[in-house]
Amino acid sequence: MSQSKEWVYSEKIKDHFIHPRNILEDEASYKYDGKGIVGNIKCGDQMMMVIKVDKEKNIITDCKWKTYGCASAIASTSLLSEIVIGMSLDKAYHISPKDIAEELGGLPEHKIHCSVLGDKALRSAIDDYYMKNGMRDKIQKEKSKIVCQCMNVTDRDIENAVLEGARTFLELQEHTKLGTVCGQCKDEAEKLLKNYIGKHFGG
Amino acid sequence: MAGRKIYLDHNATTPLHPEVKRAMREAMDEFGNPSSMHSFGREAKKYVEDSRNEIASFIGADTDEIVFVGSGSEANNTVLSIFACPSKGCMFHSEMKRVVITTAIEHPCIIESSKCLRDRGFDVKYLGVDSSGKIDIKQLEKMLDKNVGLVSVMMANNEIGTLQDIALITEIAHKHGAIMHTDAVQAVGKIPVDVKKLNVDFLTISGHKIYGPKGIGVLFVRKGTPFCPLVRGGHQEMGRRAGTENTLGIIGLGKAVEMRKKEMAEEEKRLKGFKDILKRGIEKSISDVHFNGHGEDCLSGTLNVSFKGAEGEAILLYLDLAGIAVSTGSACASGSLDPSHVLLATGISPELAHGSIRISMGRSTDRKDVEYVLDTLPGIIKKIRNMSSAYSKGGK
Repeated sequence: MSQSKEWVYSEKIKDHFIHPRNILEDEASYKYDGKGIVGNIKCGDQMMMVIKVDKEKNIITDCKWKTYGCASAIASTSLLSEIVIGMSLDKAYHISPKDIAEELGGLPEHKIHCSVLGDKALRSAIDDYYMKNGMRDKIQKEKSKIVCQCMNVTDRDIENAVLEGARTFLELQEHTKLGTVCGQCKDEAEKLLKNYIGKHFGG
Repeated sequence: MAGRKIYLDHNATTPLHPEVKRAMREAMDEFGNPSSMHSFGREAKKYVEDSRNEIASFIGADTDEIVFVGSGSEANNTVLSIFACPSKGCMFHSEMKRVVITTAIEHPCIIESSKCLRDRGFDVKYLGVDSSGKIDIKQLEKMLDKNVGLVSVMMANNEIGTLQDIALITEIAHKHGAIMHTDAVQAVGKIPVDVKKLNVDFLTISGHKIYGPKGIGVLFVRKGTPFCPLVRGGHQEMGRRAGTENTLGIIGLGKAVEMRKKEMAEEEKRLKGFKDILKRGIEKSISDVHFNGHGEDCLSGTLNVSFKGAEGEAILLYLDLAGIAVSTGSACASGSLDPSHVLLATGISPELAHGSIRISMGRSTDRKDVEYVLDTLPGIIKKIRNMSSAYSKGGK
């Protein structure tokens, strides 16, 4: 039975949503090398990723996850877990939300923010691995500064959102989830938004 | 099971009643303009006035108190815009009072219009609700004084089904000289509504919520109530709403109301039974659930329930894959970042609001549908919770 015409997401998202891969079934007995949790249940999205690493080759050998979120959050986490298995830590570290959205065959504009947590959770898990294995120097000291404390959004994230098309505060929120909890960062975020639009698009 | 489709989203919209379909099909060739004096016009006019009579008698109004408009939203916008009309020539202007009271759980068309009033310098006050969704009458009495021009409170809430005591609220509003409006879009055709008993000054009805067509609504305007049209430039509806009448829509709505008169009472009893079965079944088979809305003063066909650790859009889409159509208060399904303002107003946590679904039953709902939901839903919640980072066995 074809339901695709009624389905708001791509076939790939639908497939990952119906058959999510690599769910962390038994947390207690799963031995991981790194673990990352990001997001906030208040906002309707929370994500946990755990990885196993081949310490000789610095390659991710297994990745499992749990997520609280909508269909695109579930699908994007599932997909991410598939593509990072066998990937080098260095490469996995630089996966962006855009890469995930592209792999998924595109996300509706207002759903982009649902997929921004996956890469952050993964990076957080890799950082955790680096920490535990005396590789602190590998952790990218982000030169960026955290703007939104609640959702852990940096000025770099804001710049990226502008590059991805965000022009208004609302669009910035759609891209980053910034300012959706306490809202205290709104003024600063709006100023940065204006600056980055000016910097990149001269407006 | 394959191909089975069950519609449980009647508060969003309803299918046309077969009799409505028939009446509209038969009237398809009535193209005359009801304003025309010739036979074509007179014929169309008769249909419009028959429908007006039907609706007036259904809610205890006089026929000239019924104004046809394009939707429930338009009716609500009309009421609020009356208070913001800056025209000196407007009959309302001289006595315009600049305080409006409404509630935190209104439909967005009231909330957004009221924000617009606020931007134009009005003082807009929002009544809070308790955990069951009932407004606080004491708070209303405290807010009211001689400066309040309008009180607007919805009769039945679209998301949680909670009913307000409109007769009492109207009495209190009138005591302070305020005009009373109720958005009764979810109430008319489901529970008895009599404008004489309620004594409201304005009341909103929508066609497509009661098995009538989309694009037609009614604003009841009590005789003598100050008025100012939202759509100007024609004498239609006694100058209260310009634009050539939506004849087919009006005919459809008239028939829908006629059928409601016949079917409503029995249907509400049946749906109440189904809701009890659903509620008990969900309670029995799924842990960590929270029912939203009032246990007694509630639309019989509406059941709103939250599942801890499960996100609403995911529930909605898994149900959709199983052929069951419901709605959710989750932010993810709305295109905004906040979950349902109604659920938050009842004081539940954002997490529970994100994890809510609304099952709204209607005239076609039968026992088998209810059982199918009870067979399907527990597995879906289990699947979602199994991959949820916000749920672990035992409740937390």
